[in-house]
Amino acid sequence: MYTEKVLDHFSNPRNMGEVEGANGIGTVGNAKCGDIMQISLKINDEGIIEDVGFKTFGCGAAIATSSMATEMIKGKSIEEALQLSNSAVVEALEGLPPAKIHCSVLAEEAVKAALEDYYKRKEEAK
Amino acid sequence: MRKVYMDNAATTALAPEVLEQMMPYLTTTFGNPSSVHAFGREARTGIDKARQQVAAALNAEVDEIIFTGCGTESDNTVLLGVAAKYKAKGNHIITTNIEHHAILHTAEYLEKNGCEVTYLPVDQYGRVSAEQVAAAIKDNTILVSIMFANNEVGSIMPIAEIGAVCREKGVLFHTDAVQAVGHVPIDVKAMNIDMLSLSAHKFHGPKGVGALYVRRGIRLPSFVMGGGQEKGRRAGTENTAGVVGLGAAVEMSCAHMEENAKRMTALRNRLMEGIEREIPEVKLNGHRTERLPNNVNYSIRYIEGESILLMLDMNGIAASSGSACTSGSLDPSHVLLALGLDHETAHGSVRLTLGDETTEEDIDYVIDVLKKTAERLRMMSPLYKG
Ligand SMILES: Cc1ncc(COP(=O)(O)O)c(C=O)c1O
Repeated sequence: MYTEKVLDHFSNPRNMGEVEGANGIGTVGNAKCGDIMQISLKINDEGIIEDVGFKTFGCGAAIATSSMATEMIKGKSIEEALQLSNSAVVEALEGLPPAKIHCSVLAEEAVKAALEDYYKRKEEAK
Repeated sequence: MRKVYMDNAATTALAPEVLEQMMPYLTTTFGNPSSVHAFGREARTGIDKARQQVAAALNAEVDEIIFTGCGTESDNTVLLGVAAKYKAKGNHIITTNIEHHAILHTAEYLEKNGCEVTYLPVDQYGRVSAEQVAAAIKDNTILVSIMFANNEVGSIMPIAEIGAVCREKGVLFHTDAVQAVGHVPIDVKAMNIDMLSLSAHKFHGPKGVGALYVRRGIRLPSFVMGGGQEKGRRAGTENTAGVVGLGAAVEMSCAHMEENAKRMTALRNRLMEGIEREIPEVKLNGHRTERLPNNVNYSIRYIEGESILLMLDMNGIAASSGSACTSGSLDPSHVLLALGLDHETAHGSVRLTLGDETTEEDIDYVIDVLKKTAERLRMMSPLYKG
């Protein structure tokens, strides 16, 4: 039911863990539904995502989409990261079962939540 | 890679001895058991023998056994049949909130069609008591249907006590014994069971064949309408080879039940001890002792069931889970929720069901892989704080 790509990201997740010195952290989902994703970002003064990490409680698809999403935004600008869509994550994973599409939505939301947190912190620091 | 099949509650491997007894009926003995000629009579002999084997396994009479297409069909036949037949007497059915969907979805259908259903809540171990059943019986109660043993957490119900209550109150008692037959002793007479469902593929028989025991004196409408097979109680040309396989498998399982149960219980306990020793923060689901000899079910905190299964599968281990992601819905298993688990804990469940072929080495391998799986997934989990 999962593509090779999904299984690869599940068994060898990229950017797993919480980034040290993160300046943007987003957590979405809830344990009741069975998925929680947390994405942490370290964004430099030029607005480039220098480092990114994820922590996920969830099924294989939840872990694989988080891993893929982090890979897709690493080294990118904030603007580029904001463009990340769930369908791009699905495509990069070469597809997801229909029942698992919501995992990719969660991954997109986690990235956005982390960026929002980054902006909020910047605002507060002013 | 080592391959370990630990999903025997889902289905079991067809035993070679059973296949051997089925083979003639898939090849040379192909006659229609209803035909009068020699080809037909020979096929009929196989079915007659299987009926005796099932009757002997349950301490029933031969004419009390009806062959069906599966356990689900047996369950459906009872609920729909009793509801239709005893409409004039009443419309109230009592069951539990941890039945298999073959019962639950049928009960829900009946509720939409004029029946009143009481779903008795189980305790934290997955059991209902005979007192609960007695208290729920009303003047309009026409059926009590309570599973013998639960397929997810392996809890065994006090069937003999419930049977006694139902007999005393004059209410029909059905038990879905799909997970129990061939694994724990059953005596329909001593236990006052009026109807019982079983399915061959849960005790090393073939898939797609089941049986229903209906006590003499009770006559249910045929669920499948058509010809006069099974004395008009279930139409359709018999699955001869399947029926023969069911008979052979039930005889074999019952003959070795005691030794198998002893061996399996020891292996099960080894697995439980290993999991509890090696993995911190796990919760046993179901009762510690009052459970099927081959059933182990744990929730591993902070991680999710489907990812546990994937990682086990990558290591050659077949298991199952009550997480939402494996149930095909957004909610985790109704059984685990009925036991009082919160959603998070239910999502993190893993069921390991042993079989005749399970060895001590398999158990130790599973403990080792499960431990590594838990460590790895916990490292990824935002809920785990170390
Ligand atoms: C308790 C219980 N009842 C009914 C069934 C359905 O049996 P079958 O698969 O033969 O339809 C099962 C098996 O999945 C079961 O475990």
